[in-house]
Amino acid sequence: MSNLNINTIRADFPILHQEINGFPLVYLDNAATSQKPRQVIEAVSHYYLHDNANIHRGVHKLSQRATDLYEAARAKVRQFVNANSDKEIIFTRGATEAINLVAQSFVRPMLQPDDEILISHLEHHANIVPWQILCEQTGAKLKVIPMTQSGELDLTDFDAMLTERTRILAVGQVSNALGTINPVKSMIARARAKNIPVLIDGAQAVPHMTVDVQDLDCDFYVFSGHKMFAPTGIGALYGREDLLNAMPPYQGGGDMILSVSFEKTIYNELPAKFEAGTPNISGVIGLGAAIDYMWQIGIDNIAAQEHHLLDIATRKIEALPGVRIIGTAAEKAAVISFMIEGVHPHDVGTIFDQQGVAIRTGHHCAQPVMEFYDIPATARASFAFYNSEEEVDALINAIQKTQELFA
Amino acid sequence: MSDLRELYQQVIMDHNKRPRNFREIDHANHLAHGNNPLCGDKLVVYVKLDGEVIEDVSFKGSGCAISMASASLMTEALKGKTIDEAQAIYDQVHKSMTGEETDRNLLGKLEVLSGVKEFPARVKCATLSWHTVHAAIDSDHDISISTE
Repeated sequence: MSNLNINTIRADFPILHQEINGFPLVYLDNAATSQKPRQVIEAVSHYYLHDNANIHRGVHKLSQRATDLYEAARAKVRQFVNANSDKEIIFTRGATEAINLVAQSFVRPMLQPDDEILISHLEHHANIVPWQILCEQTGAKLKVIPMTQSGELDLTDFDAMLTERTRILAVGQVSNALGTINPVKSMIARARAKNIPVLIDGAQAVPHMTVDVQDLDCDFYVFSGHKMFAPTGIGALYGREDLLNAMPPYQGGGDMILSVSFEKTIYNELPAKFEAGTPNISGVIGLGAAIDYMWQIGIDNIAAQEHHLLDIATRKIEALPGVRIIGTAAEKAAVISFMIEGVHPHDVGTIFDQQGVAIRTGHHCAQPVMEFYDIPATARASFAFYNSEEEVDALINAIQKTQELFA
Repeated sequence: MSDLRELYQQVIMDHNKRPRNFREIDHANHLAHGNNPLCGDKLVVYVKLDGEVIEDVSFKGSGCAISMASASLMTEALKGKTIDEAQAIYDQVHKSMTGEETDRNLLGKLEVLSGVKEFPARVKCATLSWHTVHAAIDSDHDISISTE
């Protein structure tokens, strides 16, 4: 059990208090996107009501306030992932853009044909496709760490897969489709011992656990705001300062330059070098507010509540005949992918929705994982700390109703 | 739950559990692959045309109850019909799923598919087999279509 008062927490999330198809909304699609607390909504609203201006430019008061809010949020992100310097935090549209940035600006310039990029079978498409594009551009090869039946990484041959041609290891900290928590710290150590740089996709990790990039010792860490109670369209890249300094810009435009002439353009210092164009200022402020909110709740409390929900939901689902959980790793985040015997996941999704229970059905942008299990899709319930035990019961009830309908 | 009962009514459940004409046709002269990548519904529709007449039509594949039942009902409805008659039925099915006025005599049993119009995210599941049979009849070679 956690120390959270669930009613107080839920009062912070206005969207949860509504009916869907005549039933109270039970939002269990948090791995797709999380809901936003009033504190985040109000921070964004306050910015537009009182402080809106472009940043890093005007000498006027509003521009100064907007710039201060923007950079204060950067300092919060730095602290949130325990980076060494604010210069190591680059704001992006999300984890996807951050991975593409690293692929194109860091990895591409050093790639030769037959060089290798190492990812895993558990990856989200966002950590597969940018590397495939890179392989097409350069003739490099994509290598894939296999997975086991329980949904864990099979690291038997991991050291052998880290070859002298491996130019980057890119792996997710938590699987979005199955919830598996990967042993990234030891994987990073093994790759770095061979001087292989490592990118960690933390999109599914940051909402649930404390992240310390210095302790992990990764070279790059990416995440999205919208999965951690911040607005959509904002995310961040952490990169080691020396690596970011040596990298060419990803995009050209305003804010990323010191001076421009038709003969020569001089790029700006970090982090501005990687933030071309007017950024998502309100999104950054919302992300800062989300971090404040998570600190106020306590990340340990968040993790405890989610593990409690995962434990009881797993136990109750396992007790149901005709339901199979896909992904049974020993270490899991609060994600349960499941199949109801004889019922296609899309029918499950529709029937659940009619009872107000919002889950994700489909391949979860992880088609290789679905192919591994030889299934087209799963139903996936994913929990946040604002979910209650009553909502676990609503999930169980929805499963039973579905079975009755298809009996 | 009333809309749900309307969508997952007995006819749909029955055709999902025991799909009719769920087989290959050995000497099919028209064939098409249908794919709904978002849902993972996949099917192959086989057609044997004798001149203008659909002598036999069948399907194989996997998908949700709506897509399976719709394909099964489709094969029953089109078997023995001429291409023009099939086109008329196809048009009626589309109208029924988009809430347009339909000819009940022409639609017959297929009216059960109209329940899907209350579930916009599921319309593609119900139309997949119909798009696929249409493509199969229209083309004289193996063709792939996708509802995404």
